Amino acid sequence: MIDIFLASGIILILTIFLCLYRVVFGPGVENRLIAVNTVGTKTIILLVIIGFIYERPIFIDISIIYAMINFISTLAIAKYLRRGSIS
Amino acid sequence: MVVGAVGLIRLPDFYTRTHASSKCDTLGEGMMLIGFILYEGMTLISVKLLLLALFIFLSSPTAVHALVNVAHSRGIKPWKKGDERQ
Repeated sequence: MIDIFLASGIILILTIFLCLYRVVFGPGVENRLIAVNTVGTKTIILLVIIGFIYERPIFIDISIIYAMINFISTLAIAKYLRRGSIS
Repeated sequence: MVVGAVGLIRLPDFYTRTHASSKCDTLGEGMMLIGFILYEGMTLISVKLLLLALFIFLSSPTAVHALVNVAHSRGIKPWKKGDERQ
């Protein structure tokens, strides 16, 4: 049963490399931001998959916290780009 | 997820890339988490997974909306057919 999680995890890692292409070659800041946001949401799912592979439920909590941090950081970057300062 | 990533690369413009990648990711994650819940059955872990899926369904679109709002205010024009790839 483990190999299904393993296969989906490996496929996710390959898609992260696709997104990294856009992070490197993105014409502007916004393209890079969207790609980084996509990579962030993919790592949440990767954490859950790792939690299922190693049979450790603590990984689910880690991925919840990581989802919150990803959300807050995206909003902070958007506010910085909009106003020039976060304060 | 894979289609979202491929869309992120092949599509010509910022808005089309955002359209593809964020929608595919949000729904893809939700479906994967629901799949994990079905695999897990009725335990505390599936409640956490449900909360995570709910949070992602709410937070991911708003985050991408904020980014696109910023991009629009910084003067990125939507792509028209015939323009060169951005």
